Amino acid sequence: MLEVRKLSKRFGGLQAVRDVDLDVAAGSITALIGPNGAGKTTTFAIIAGFIKPDDGRVRLAGQDVTGWRPDRIAAAGMARTFQITQPFAALTVAENIRVGSYLRCRSPAEAMRRARSIGEELGLGPQLDLAAGALTVAGRKRLEIARAFATLPKMLLLDEVMAGLNPTEINEIIGLIRSIRDRGVTILLIEHVMQAVAALSEHIFVLAEGAVIAQGSPQEIANAPAVIEAYLGKGAAERMQRHA
Amino acid sequence: MKRAIVIAGITAVALAPFAFNSQYLVNIAMLTALSAVMGQAWNIAGGFGQMTSFGHAAFFGVGAYTAAILQTRWGLSPWLGLPASFVTGGLLGGFIGILSFRAGLRGSYFALVTLAFAEVLRVLANSLDFTRGGLGINIPLKQGLANFQFHNRQSTYALVLLMLVLTTGVAMFIKRGRFGARLVAAGENEDAASALGVDLVRTKTIGLATSGAFTALAGVVYTQTYLYIDPSIAFGVERSIEMLLVAMIGGAGTIAGPILGAIALHAVAETSHFFIDAPGFAPLLYGATLLVIIGFLPRGIAGLGARWSRA
Repeated sequence: MLEVRKLSKRFGGLQAVRDVDLDVAAGSITALIGPNGAGKTTTFAIIAGFIKPDDGRVRLAGQDVTGWRPDRIAAAGMARTFQITQPFAALTVAENIRVGSYLRCRSPAEAMRRARSIGEELGLGPQLDLAAGALTVAGRKRLEIARAFATLPKMLLLDEVMAGLNPTEINEIIGLIRSIRDRGVTILLIEHVMQAVAALSEHIFVLAEGAVIAQGSPQEIANAPAVIEAYLGKGAAERMQRHA
Repeated sequence: MKRAIVIAGITAVALAPFAFNSQYLVNIAMLTALSAVMGQAWNIAGGFGQMTSFGHAAFFGVGAYTAAILQTRWGLSPWLGLPASFVTGGLLGGFIGILSFRAGLRGSYFALVTLAFAEVLRVLANSLDFTRGGLGINIPLKQGLANFQFHNRQSTYALVLLMLVLTTGVAMFIKRGRFGARLVAAGENEDAASALGVDLVRTKTIGLATSGAFTALAGVVYTQTYLYIDPSIAFGVERSIEMLLVAMIGGAGTIAGPILGAIALHAVAETSHFFIDAPGFAPLLYGATLLVIIGFLPRGIAGLGARWSRA
């Protein structure tokens, strides 16, 4: 579904993303993890069209979308959420979701009907008529997902939708992401909550200092020395081995 | 029920000037309604799309000059001035929009660009022969419906009222539709809107062009009422500030806001004449009013209504 090749981006003296290759199979849930500052969010922003890469290609379902504007990428079927939630504060929750519905629907009444039904489905039913600014953190995260899902994407990029949530809320969101995937949407997620990454993803890419240092199943990643070192520092894998 | 009372109240206020004998009062009513038209037009860009323009006089002036030049140079009917100004105002809005939004200007940068456009147009109108420079343009007095010149101020008021109904209708139509929702989204948060498929440059440019087109109509009515236009009347900063104040005092982004704001602003200005009639006092008062509104009623008078109906 998504194919990223040799993606690179430099900000001044900082090589934020270096020759990143990613492959996300259609219908899968794939995770992108890595320590803070590894370049995950920058990679996301490039894929979704918010930052132009210095080099490399992004292909969505076979179509080259490198350097396209975000709205054209959304129209091509790839939606994203933001790590720092960005609700339209003056609008109600339902109206927020409707902005997403309008991408595939011209009629205000039909767009509203779709928006409300997506809101109900994603557990925002009781809040649909509240101002979006009044939502709790968990509510805002749901709204981010609902709005993106309302654009009827083929592929959904989720940027840390579980950060700041309590364990119960995390479990709910895990169920919600599964149900979206079961509707045929391919998912790529950035996440720090390892409980969620392990529970959800079929394939994991690990990013450190802008480059992919490992990839594989959750099991493979948990044991990969390069990953342990990226998180815990040089020599950590060896020390762990010795103590084991 | 509540709605019916509100509508009846608005209709009564709107129709009252037809019963006035004093042309002075009718003139105030006409200027208030004209402010409301401009505020409503400003609101489409500045309220819905949060494109806070400080230079909407550019559109007013272009509308006024379009109508004035068409009839004095080419003898065209001033009624043609309405559609012609609508087009020139819209084109100017499209031009400013494409330039500013492609460059990613927003907030105070956009405000400064619009202010600069209005000032450039003022200087141009002041120095070009085509606009008769600083002398301004006199429209020959030829009263009659065919010439869009009315002996009776009440007729002008009726026309402005019609324009207010039209502009308000257009604003309502935009607000309820797909375009309006996307315009509001682009105004609220550009990144989030574009992630949901909103083409920012296109949406905001169309918003500004629509706003400019309706603002230009007000310029035509002004010219036909006072039969004289010069660069500072047309493009002066006061005009831009008036539109912005009307919308913000009433409640930017709401439909009733510009109408309430126009009534409030003119009521304050006219009553203040009785107490202090010094030049420069009115702008001072406008500034003070705006500060009070921003401090205590950030959502304008219309926001107050929402607070009451919720309580």
